[in-house]
Amino acid sequence: MTAVDVGIIGAGPAGIAAGIEAATAGCSVALFDGHLEPGGQLIKQIHRFFGSREHRAGVRGIRIAHELWTEAQSLGVQSFLGWEVFGVQSSPSGFRLHARLTDDMSVDDQPISKTVTARTLILATGAEEKAINFEGWTLPGVMGAGAAQTMANVWRVRPGESVLMIGAGNVGLIVSYHLLQAGIDVAAVLEAAPTIGGYGVHAAKISRAGIPILTSHSIIKALGTEHVTGALIAQVDPSWNPISGTERKIDVDSICIAGGLRSNTRLAKLAGCQLAFCRELGGWLPIHNAQLETTVKGIYVAGDAAGIEEASTAIEEGRIAGLVAARSLGRDDKASSDRLDGMKERLSSLRGGPFCEGIRVAKRRIFDLGEEPCPTA
Amino acid sequence: MRVQNHPILGVLHEVREVALVVDGVRIAAREGETIAAALAAAGIRIHRYTPKQSTPRGVFCAIGQCTDCAMTVNGRPNVRTCMTRAANEMIIETPNQSQGRLD
Repeated sequence: MTAVDVGIIGAGPAGIAAGIEAATAGCSVALFDGHLEPGGQLIKQIHRFFGSREHRAGVRGIRIAHELWTEAQSLGVQSFLGWEVFGVQSSPSGFRLHARLTDDMSVDDQPISKTVTARTLILATGAEEKAINFEGWTLPGVMGAGAAQTMANVWRVRPGESVLMIGAGNVGLIVSYHLLQAGIDVAAVLEAAPTIGGYGVHAAKISRAGIPILTSHSIIKALGTEHVTGALIAQVDPSWNPISGTERKIDVDSICIAGGLRSNTRLAKLAGCQLAFCRELGGWLPIHNAQLETTVKGIYVAGDAAGIEEASTAIEEGRIAGLVAARSLGRDDKASSDRLDGMKERLSSLRGGPFCEGIRVAKRRIFDLGEEPCPTA
Repeated sequence: MRVQNHPILGVLHEVREVALVVDGVRIAAREGETIAAALAAAGIRIHRYTPKQSTPRGVFCAIGQCTDCAMTVNGRPNVRTCMTRAANEMIIETPNQSQGRLD
Protein backbone atom coordinates (compact mmCIF):
# COMPACT_ATOMS: atom_id res chain seq x y z
CA MET A 1 0.00 0.00 0.00
CA THR A 2 1.31 3.45 -0.92
CA ALA A 3 2.00 5.70 2.07
CA VAL A 4 2.61 9.43 1.74
CA ASP A 5 2.94 12.48 3.95
CA VAL A 6 0.19 14.47 2.26
CA GLY A 7 -2.84 13.13 0.43
CA ILE A 8 -4.72 15.63 -1.72
CA ILE A 9 -8.13 15.08 -3.21
CA GLY A 10 -8.87 17.22 -6.24
CA ALA A 11 -6.42 18.29 -8.95
CA GLY A 12 -7.93 21.71 -9.57
CA PRO A 13 -6.12 24.97 -8.83
CA ALA A 14 -6.27 24.49 -5.04
CA GLY A 15 -5.17 20.85 -5.05
CA ILE A 16 -2.29 21.29 -7.48
CA ALA A 17 -1.06 24.39 -5.62
CA ALA A 18 -1.23 22.45 -2.34
CA GLY A 19 0.81 19.67 -3.92
CA ILE A 20 3.43 22.12 -5.16
CA GLU A 21 3.92 23.63 -1.70
CA ALA A 22 3.91 20.35 0.21
CA ALA A 23 6.40 18.80 -2.24
CA THR A 24 8.60 21.92 -2.18
CA ALA A 25 8.72 21.59 1.62
CA GLY A 26 10.02 18.05 1.23
CA CYS A 27 6.83 16.01 1.70
CA SER A 28 5.80 13.01 -0.34
CA VAL A 29 2.47 13.83 -1.99
CA ALA A 30 -0.32 11.80 -3.60
CA LEU A 31 -2.79 13.85 -5.66
CA PHE A 32 -6.10 12.30 -6.69
CA ASP A 33 -8.73 13.38 -9.16
CA GLY A 34 -11.62 11.49 -10.70
CA HIS A 35 -11.01 13.18 -14.03
CA LEU A 36 -8.21 12.22 -16.41
CA GLU A 37 -7.32 15.82 -17.22
CA PRO A 38 -5.70 17.82 -14.41
CA GLY A 39 -6.71 21.42 -13.74
CA GLY A 40 -10.27 21.09 -12.46
CA GLN A 41 -12.49 23.79 -13.89
CA LEU A 42 -9.47 25.81 -15.08
CA ILE A 43 -9.34 23.70 -18.23
CA LYS A 44 -12.64 25.30 -19.28
CA GLN A 45 -11.57 28.87 -18.55
CA ILE A 46 -10.51 30.00 -22.01
CA HIS A 47 -10.63 33.71 -21.09
CA ARG A 48 -7.82 35.81 -19.70
CA PHE A 49 -7.84 36.30 -15.93
CA PHE A 50 -7.59 39.74 -14.45
CA GLY A 51 -6.23 41.09 -11.20
CA SER A 52 -2.56 41.55 -10.44
CA ARG A 53 0.48 40.20 -12.27
CA GLU A 54 1.47 37.94 -9.35
CA HIS A 55 -1.90 36.28 -9.80
CA ARG A 56 -1.31 35.77 -13.51
CA ALA A 57 -3.56 38.55 -14.80
CA GLY A 58 -3.82 38.39 -18.59
CA VAL A 59 -3.20 34.64 -18.70
CA ARG A 60 -5.96 32.28 -19.79
CA GLY A 61 -7.17 29.73 -17.22
CA ILE A 62 -6.27 26.80 -19.47
CA ARG A 63 -2.67 28.05 -19.55
CA ILE A 64 -2.58 28.48 -15.75
CA ALA A 65 -3.70 24.87 -15.31
CA HIS A 66 -0.92 23.68 -17.59
CA GLU A 67 1.74 25.73 -15.78
CA LEU A 68 0.66 24.55 -12.33
CA TRP A 69 0.54 20.93 -13.42
CA THR A 70 3.97 21.06 -15.04
CA GLU A 71 5.41 22.52 -11.84
CA ALA A 72 3.78 19.86 -9.65
CA GLN A 73 5.07 17.09 -11.91
CA SER A 74 8.60 18.48 -11.83
CA LEU A 75 8.48 18.40 -8.02
CA GLY A 76 7.65 14.71 -7.94
CA VAL A 77 4.00 14.93 -6.90
CA GLN A 78 2.52 11.44 -7.45
CA SER A 79 -0.65 11.81 -9.44
CA PHE A 80 -3.62 9.50 -9.56
CA LEU A 81 -5.71 10.96 -12.35
CA GLY A 82 -8.89 9.12 -13.20
CA TRP A 83 -9.14 7.82 -9.63
CA GLU A 84 -12.14 8.91 -7.59
CA VAL A 85 -11.66 8.86 -3.83
CA PHE A 86 -14.87 7.49 -2.38
CA GLY A 87 -13.79 6.73 1.18
CA VAL A 88 -11.74 8.32 3.94
CA GLN A 89 -10.97 6.50 7.18
CA SER A 90 -8.78 7.55 10.05
CA SER A 91 -5.96 5.12 10.78
CA PRO A 92 -3.17 4.99 13.37
CA SER A 93 -0.79 6.65 10.92
CA GLY A 94 -3.22 9.26 9.62
CA PHE A 95 -5.85 8.58 7.00
CA ARG A 96 -6.66 5.79 4.63
CA LEU A 97 -7.97 6.89 1.23
CA HIS A 98 -9.96 4.48 -0.87
CA ALA A 99 -10.13 5.22 -4.57
CA ARG A 100 -11.79 3.64 -7.55
CA LEU A 101 -10.99 3.93 -11.23
CA THR A 102 -13.60 6.32 -12.63
CA ASP A 103 -13.78 4.70 -16.03
CA ASP A 104 -13.16 0.96 -15.94
CA MET A 105 -15.19 0.07 -19.03
CA SER A 106 -12.12 -0.50 -21.18
CA VAL A 107 -9.97 -2.09 -18.47
CA ASP A 108 -9.34 -5.82 -18.60
CA ASP A 109 -7.10 -7.14 -15.83
CA GLN A 110 -5.82 -4.03 -14.10
CA PRO A 111 -6.92 -3.40 -10.48
CA ILE A 112 -9.79 -0.93 -10.35
CA SER A 113 -9.45 0.02 -6.70
CA LYS A 114 -6.59 1.40 -4.68
CA THR A 115 -5.87 2.35 -1.07
CA VAL A 116 -3.31 4.97 -0.07
CA THR A 117 -2.44 6.09 3.45
CA ALA A 118 -1.61 9.73 4.11
CA ARG A 119 -0.41 11.34 7.34
CA THR A 120 -2.35 14.50 6.53
CA LEU A 121 -5.16 15.15 4.10
CA ILE A 122 -6.14 18.15 2.01
CA LEU A 123 -9.66 18.28 0.63
CA ALA A 124 -9.64 20.34 -2.55
CA THR A 125 -12.84 18.84 -3.87
CA GLY A 126 -14.16 22.01 -5.51
CA ALA A 127 -17.77 22.88 -6.04
CA GLU A 128 -20.96 21.71 -7.64
CA GLU A 129 -23.54 23.78 -9.49
CA LYS A 130 -26.79 24.68 -7.77
CA ALA A 131 -29.86 23.74 -9.72
CA ILE A 132 -32.91 25.96 -10.03
CA ASN A 133 -36.18 24.12 -9.84
CA PHE A 134 -38.78 25.22 -12.40
CA GLU A 135 -41.39 23.33 -14.38
CA GLY A 136 -39.62 21.17 -16.95
CA TRP A 137 -36.18 21.56 -15.39
CA THR A 138 -35.44 17.84 -15.75
CA LEU A 139 -35.96 17.82 -19.54
CA PRO A 140 -32.95 16.94 -21.67
CA GLY A 141 -31.60 20.28 -22.87
CA VAL A 142 -31.75 21.88 -19.42
CA MET A 143 -28.25 21.77 -17.96
CA GLY A 144 -25.84 23.52 -15.71
CA ALA A 145 -23.94 26.40 -17.29
CA GLY A 146 -20.77 24.52 -16.40
CA ALA A 147 -22.02 21.47 -18.30
CA ALA A 148 -22.46 23.50 -21.48
CA GLN A 149 -19.05 25.06 -20.93
CA THR A 150 -17.46 21.62 -20.51
CA MET A 151 -19.11 20.34 -23.67
CA ALA A 152 -18.05 23.35 -25.73
CA ASN A 153 -14.54 24.00 -24.42
CA VAL A 154 -13.26 20.58 -23.40
CA TRP A 155 -15.10 18.24 -25.77
CA ARG A 156 -15.56 20.74 -28.58
CA VAL A 157 -19.21 19.81 -29.00
CA ARG A 158 -22.16 22.19 -29.02
CA PRO A 159 -24.67 20.91 -26.42
CA GLY A 160 -27.36 22.80 -28.34
CA GLU A 161 -27.61 25.41 -31.06
CA SER A 162 -29.57 28.08 -29.15
CA VAL A 163 -29.38 28.72 -25.43
CA LEU A 164 -31.26 30.68 -22.79
CA MET A 165 -28.97 31.47 -19.84
CA ILE A 166 -30.55 31.74 -16.40
CA GLY A 167 -28.47 33.88 -14.07
CA ALA A 168 -26.23 36.89 -14.69
CA GLY A 169 -23.52 36.24 -12.14
CA ASN A 170 -19.97 35.79 -13.40
CA VAL A 171 -20.58 32.18 -14.39
CA GLY A 172 -23.69 33.04 -16.41
CA LEU A 173 -21.99 35.95 -18.15
CA ILE A 174 -18.67 34.24 -18.88
CA VAL A 175 -20.23 30.97 -20.05
CA SER A 176 -22.62 32.90 -22.32
CA TYR A 177 -19.59 34.41 -24.03
CA HIS A 178 -17.85 31.02 -24.25
CA LEU A 179 -20.96 29.54 -25.88
CA LEU A 180 -20.97 32.37 -28.42
CA GLN A 181 -17.34 31.61 -29.19
CA ALA A 182 -18.35 27.99 -29.82
CA GLY A 183 -20.89 29.16 -32.39
CA ILE A 184 -23.98 28.80 -30.21
CA ASP A 185 -26.73 31.40 -30.38
CA VAL A 186 -27.43 32.84 -26.93
CA ALA A 187 -31.00 34.18 -27.00
CA ALA A 188 -30.85 36.07 -23.71
CA VAL A 189 -29.41 36.09 -20.21
CA LEU A 190 -32.07 36.28 -17.50
CA GLU A 191 -31.49 37.64 -14.01
CA ALA A 192 -34.24 37.62 -11.40
CA ALA A 193 -32.56 40.37 -9.37
CA PRO A 194 -32.90 43.97 -10.54
CA THR A 195 -29.15 44.19 -11.24
CA ILE A 196 -26.58 41.76 -12.60
CA GLY A 197 -24.47 39.86 -10.09
CA GLY A 198 -21.28 39.54 -12.14
CA TYR A 199 -18.60 42.04 -13.10
CA GLY A 200 -19.49 44.82 -15.51
CA VAL A 201 -16.62 43.92 -17.82
CA HIS A 202 -18.13 40.49 -18.49
CA ALA A 203 -21.62 41.94 -18.97
CA ALA A 204 -20.23 44.50 -21.43
CA LYS A 205 -18.78 41.76 -23.65
CA ILE A 206 -22.20 40.08 -23.76
CA SER A 207 -24.02 43.31 -24.48
CA ARG A 208 -21.59 44.28 -27.23
CA ALA A 209 -22.34 40.92 -28.88
CA GLY A 210 -25.99 41.96 -28.98
CA ILE A 211 -27.27 39.54 -26.34
CA PRO A 212 -29.99 41.05 -24.17
CA ILE A 213 -29.43 40.80 -20.41
CA LEU A 214 -32.94 40.88 -18.97
CA THR A 215 -32.83 41.85 -15.29
CA SER A 216 -35.94 41.33 -13.14
CA HIS A 217 -36.78 38.39 -15.40
CA SER A 218 -37.00 34.70 -14.68
CA ILE A 219 -37.98 31.44 -16.28
CA ILE A 220 -41.51 30.11 -15.72
CA LYS A 221 -41.03 26.79 -17.42
CA ALA A 222 -39.09 24.80 -19.96
CA LEU A 223 -41.22 23.85 -22.95
CA GLY A 224 -41.15 20.46 -24.64
CA THR A 225 -42.12 16.88 -23.83
CA GLU A 226 -39.07 14.80 -24.80
CA HIS A 227 -36.50 17.59 -24.78
CA VAL A 228 -36.37 21.38 -24.64
CA THR A 229 -38.08 23.19 -27.49
CA GLY A 230 -38.39 26.59 -25.85
CA ALA A 231 -38.83 28.51 -22.62
CA LEU A 232 -41.58 30.59 -21.09
CA ILE A 233 -40.15 33.62 -19.33
CA ALA A 234 -41.67 36.57 -17.46
CA GLN A 235 -40.78 39.75 -15.70
CA VAL A 236 -40.68 39.37 -11.91
CA ASP A 237 -41.45 41.75 -9.05
CA PRO A 238 -38.93 42.53 -6.29
CA SER A 239 -40.03 39.33 -4.49
CA TRP A 240 -39.22 37.40 -7.68
CA ASN A 241 -42.89 36.58 -8.34
CA PRO A 242 -43.86 36.59 -12.03
CA ILE A 243 -45.85 39.66 -13.13
CA SER A 244 -48.90 38.45 -15.01
CA GLY A 245 -49.23 39.67 -18.56
CA THR A 246 -45.45 39.82 -19.07
CA GLU A 247 -45.01 36.15 -20.03
CA ARG A 248 -43.45 35.42 -23.38
CA LYS A 249 -42.06 32.45 -25.23
CA ILE A 250 -38.45 32.17 -26.34
CA ASP A 251 -37.47 29.62 -28.97
CA VAL A 252 -34.35 27.78 -27.80
CA ASP A 253 -33.24 24.16 -27.73
CA SER A 254 -31.28 24.49 -24.50
CA ILE A 255 -31.55 26.21 -21.13
CA CYS A 256 -28.47 26.75 -18.99
CA ILE A 257 -28.71 27.27 -15.25
CA ALA A 258 -26.12 29.54 -13.68
CA GLY A 259 -27.62 29.67 -10.21
CA GLY A 260 -24.41 29.71 -8.25
CA LEU A 261 -22.13 27.09 -6.77
CA ARG A 262 -21.83 25.29 -3.49
CA SER A 263 -18.85 23.54 -1.93
CA ASN A 264 -18.54 19.85 -2.60
CA THR A 265 -18.58 18.57 0.98
CA ARG A 266 -19.22 14.85 0.55
CA LEU A 267 -15.80 13.58 1.61
CA ALA A 268 -15.54 16.19 4.38
CA LYS A 269 -18.80 14.90 5.85
CA LEU A 270 -17.62 11.32 5.48
CA ALA A 271 -14.39 12.17 7.30
CA GLY A 272 -16.37 13.69 10.17
CA CYS A 273 -15.57 17.36 9.56
CA GLN A 274 -18.15 19.69 11.06
CA LEU A 275 -19.96 21.88 8.55
CA ALA A 276 -21.43 25.37 8.84
CA PHE A 277 -23.90 27.17 6.58
CA CYS A 278 -22.64 30.39 5.09
CA ARG A 279 -24.74 32.06 2.41
CA GLU A 280 -21.95 34.37 1.18
CA LEU A 281 -19.67 31.39 0.54
CA GLY A 282 -22.26 29.27 -1.27
CA GLY A 283 -23.90 27.29 1.54
CA TRP A 284 -22.64 24.40 3.66
CA LEU A 285 -18.88 24.10 3.99
CA PRO A 286 -16.39 22.51 6.38
CA ILE A 287 -15.60 24.74 9.34
CA HIS A 288 -11.91 25.68 9.21
CA ASN A 289 -9.47 28.05 10.87
CA ALA A 290 -7.13 30.56 9.21
CA GLN A 291 -4.62 27.69 8.75
CA LEU A 292 -7.39 25.96 6.75
CA GLU A 293 -7.49 23.04 9.20
CA THR A 294 -10.97 21.57 9.64
CA THR A 295 -12.47 20.33 12.91
CA VAL A 296 -10.71 17.00 12.28
CA LYS A 297 -7.03 17.34 13.16
CA GLY A 298 -4.84 16.72 10.16
CA ILE A 299 -7.54 17.39 7.55
CA TYR A 300 -7.30 20.68 5.67
CA VAL A 301 -9.59 22.24 3.11
CA ALA A 302 -8.81 24.66 0.28
CA GLY A 303 -10.34 26.34 -2.74
CA ASP A 304 -14.04 26.19 -3.53
CA ALA A 305 -14.36 23.27 -1.09
CA ALA A 306 -13.63 25.85 1.63
CA GLY A 307 -16.25 28.30 0.34
CA ILE A 308 -16.99 29.56 -3.16
CA GLU A 309 -14.53 32.14 -4.44
CA GLU A 310 -12.31 32.29 -7.51
CA ALA A 311 -9.43 30.34 -9.04
CA SER A 312 -6.81 32.85 -7.86
CA THR A 313 -7.95 32.58 -4.24
CA ALA A 314 -8.14 28.80 -4.64
CA ILE A 315 -4.47 28.73 -5.67
CA GLU A 316 -3.38 30.79 -2.65
CA GLU A 317 -5.52 28.73 -0.28
CA GLY A 318 -4.08 25.57 -1.77
CA ARG A 319 -0.55 26.86 -1.24
CA ILE A 320 -1.36 27.70 2.38
CA ALA A 321 -2.95 24.30 3.08
CA GLY A 322 -0.02 22.49 1.45
CA LEU A 323 2.55 24.39 3.45
CA VAL A 324 0.65 24.24 6.75
CA ALA A 325 0.26 20.46 6.30
CA ALA A 326 4.02 20.19 5.67
CA ARG A 327 4.79 22.33 8.74
CA SER A 328 2.55 20.13 10.89
CA LEU A 329 4.85 17.24 9.89
CA GLY A 330 7.95 19.01 11.12
CA ARG A 331 8.91 21.16 8.11
CA ASP A 332 8.38 24.29 10.18
CA ASP A 333 11.58 26.29 9.74
CA LYS A 334 11.87 30.09 9.57
CA ALA A 335 11.87 30.10 5.74
CA SER A 336 8.54 28.28 5.56
CA SER A 337 7.09 30.62 8.16
CA ASP A 338 8.06 33.66 6.02
CA ARG A 339 6.70 31.95 2.93
CA LEU A 340 3.40 31.33 4.69
CA ASP A 341 3.14 35.00 5.70
CA GLY A 342 3.61 35.98 2.05
CA MET A 343 0.78 33.69 0.94
CA LYS A 344 -1.57 35.05 3.57
CA GLU A 345 -0.77 38.61 2.47
CA ARG A 346 -1.44 37.81 -1.17
CA LEU A 347 -4.71 36.12 -0.21
CA SER A 348 -5.78 39.19 1.75
CA SER A 349 -5.01 41.42 -1.20
CA LEU A 350 -7.14 39.19 -3.47
CA ARG A 351 -10.04 39.64 -1.07
CA GLY A 352 -9.31 43.33 -0.61
CA GLY A 353 -11.74 44.88 -3.09
CA PRO A 354 -15.22 46.22 -2.35
CA PHE A 355 -16.77 43.23 -4.14
CA CYS A 356 -15.26 40.94 -1.50
CA GLU A 357 -16.58 42.61 1.65
CA GLY A 358 -19.15 39.84 2.16
CA ILE A 359 -16.50 37.15 1.59
CA ARG A 360 -14.13 38.76 4.09
CA VAL A 361 -16.77 38.92 6.80
CA ALA A 362 -17.98 35.39 6.07
CA LYS A 363 -14.49 33.89 6.11
CA ARG A 364 -13.78 35.57 9.47
CA ARG A 365 -16.96 34.05 10.85
CA ILE A 366 -15.90 30.58 9.65
CA PHE A 367 -12.40 31.11 11.11
CA ASP A 368 -13.94 32.08 14.45
CA LEU A 369 -15.91 28.83 14.46
CA GLY A 370 -12.73 27.00 13.47
CA GLU A 371 -10.79 28.43 16.41
CA GLU A 372 -13.18 26.88 18.90
CA PRO A 373 -11.74 23.78 20.53
CA CYS A 374 -12.35 20.66 18.48
CA PRO A 375 -15.11 18.48 19.88
CA THR A 376 -13.62 15.17 20.92
CA ALA A 377 -14.28 12.80 18.05
CA MET B 1 -22.43 19.98 -34.05
CA ARG B 2 -18.75 19.81 -33.33
CA VAL B 3 -16.87 23.04 -32.80
CA GLN B 4 -14.46 22.66 -35.72
CA ASN B 5 -12.99 26.15 -35.55
CA HIS B 6 -12.67 28.08 -32.34
CA PRO B 7 -11.39 31.64 -31.98
CA ILE B 8 -9.30 30.76 -28.91
CA LEU B 9 -8.80 27.00 -29.08
CA GLY B 10 -8.11 26.84 -32.83
CA VAL B 11 -8.93 24.07 -35.28
CA LEU B 12 -10.15 20.77 -33.82
CA HIS B 13 -7.22 18.36 -34.14
CA GLU B 14 -7.71 15.11 -35.96
CA VAL B 15 -8.00 11.89 -33.99
CA ARG B 16 -8.93 8.32 -34.84
CA GLU B 17 -12.62 7.72 -35.28
CA VAL B 18 -14.37 4.90 -33.44
CA ALA B 19 -17.91 3.56 -33.82
CA LEU B 20 -20.54 3.32 -31.10
CA VAL B 21 -23.79 1.42 -31.42
CA VAL B 22 -26.55 3.41 -29.74
CA ASP B 23 -29.85 1.56 -29.49
CA GLY B 24 -28.83 -0.38 -32.56
CA VAL B 25 -27.74 2.65 -34.60
CA ARG B 26 -24.07 3.23 -35.39
CA ILE B 27 -22.64 6.66 -34.69
CA ALA B 28 -19.12 8.01 -35.01
CA ALA B 29 -17.09 9.12 -32.00
CA ARG B 30 -13.66 10.69 -31.59
CA GLU B 31 -11.29 8.33 -29.80
CA GLY B 32 -10.71 9.58 -26.25
CA GLU B 33 -13.86 11.64 -25.95
CA THR B 34 -16.63 10.74 -23.54
CA ILE B 35 -19.71 8.84 -24.62
CA ALA B 36 -21.77 11.91 -23.67
CA ALA B 37 -19.74 14.12 -26.00
CA ALA B 38 -20.16 11.65 -28.85
CA LEU B 39 -23.92 11.50 -28.28
CA ALA B 40 -24.19 15.30 -28.22
CA ALA B 41 -22.20 15.51 -31.44
CA ALA B 42 -24.63 13.05 -33.00
CA GLY B 43 -27.59 15.11 -31.81
CA ILE B 44 -28.76 12.51 -29.30
CA ARG B 45 -30.10 14.27 -26.22
CA ILE B 46 -32.12 11.66 -24.35
CA HIS B 47 -29.88 9.37 -22.31
CA ARG B 48 -32.44 7.47 -20.30
CA TYR B 49 -36.02 7.40 -19.02
CA THR B 50 -36.69 7.32 -15.30
CA PRO B 51 -37.81 3.92 -14.00
CA LYS B 52 -41.06 5.03 -12.31
CA GLN B 53 -42.40 8.07 -14.17
CA SER B 54 -40.65 7.27 -17.44
CA THR B 55 -39.60 10.86 -18.01
CA PRO B 56 -36.55 11.61 -20.17
CA ARG B 57 -33.19 12.72 -18.80
CA GLY B 58 -30.07 14.00 -20.51
CA VAL B 59 -26.73 15.54 -19.64
CA PHE B 60 -27.09 17.90 -16.69
CA CYS B 61 -23.67 18.44 -15.07
CA ALA B 62 -21.26 16.75 -17.52
CA ILE B 63 -18.64 16.22 -14.78
CA GLY B 64 -19.77 13.06 -13.04
CA GLN B 65 -21.66 14.65 -10.16
CA CYS B 66 -25.36 14.28 -10.96
CA THR B 67 -25.68 10.84 -12.67
CA ASP B 68 -28.50 12.09 -14.92
CA CYS B 69 -26.61 11.00 -18.04
CA ALA B 70 -26.27 7.35 -16.98
CA MET B 71 -26.94 4.71 -19.64
CA THR B 72 -26.42 0.98 -20.13
CA VAL B 73 -22.99 0.37 -21.66
CA ASN B 74 -21.90 -3.08 -22.86
CA GLY B 75 -24.70 -4.51 -20.74
CA ARG B 76 -23.67 -2.74 -17.55
CA PRO B 77 -26.40 -0.47 -16.12
CA ASN B 78 -25.97 3.04 -14.69
CA VAL B 79 -22.75 4.00 -16.40
CA ARG B 80 -22.04 7.75 -16.26
CA THR B 81 -21.61 8.59 -19.93
CA CYS B 82 -19.94 11.93 -19.13
CA MET B 83 -17.10 10.13 -17.33
CA THR B 84 -16.69 7.12 -19.61
CA ARG B 85 -14.59 7.20 -22.75
CA ALA B 86 -15.95 6.03 -26.06
CA ALA B 87 -14.34 2.81 -27.25
CA ASN B 88 -14.80 1.09 -30.57
CA GLU B 89 -17.95 -1.05 -30.91
CA MET B 90 -19.33 -0.08 -27.50
CA ILE B 91 -22.97 -1.03 -27.18
CA ILE B 92 -24.96 1.84 -25.65
CA GLU B 93 -28.59 1.47 -24.64
CA THR B 94 -31.16 3.98 -23.42
CA PRO B 95 -32.57 2.58 -20.14
CA ASN B 96 -36.34 2.11 -19.81
CA GLN B 97 -37.03 3.33 -23.31
CA SER B 98 -39.51 0.62 -24.15
CA GLN B 99 -41.55 0.47 -20.97
CA GLY B 100 -43.85 3.26 -22.07
CA ARG B 101 -45.09 6.24 -20.13
CA LEU B 102 -47.00 5.57 -16.94
CA ASP B 103 -48.84 8.89 -16.79
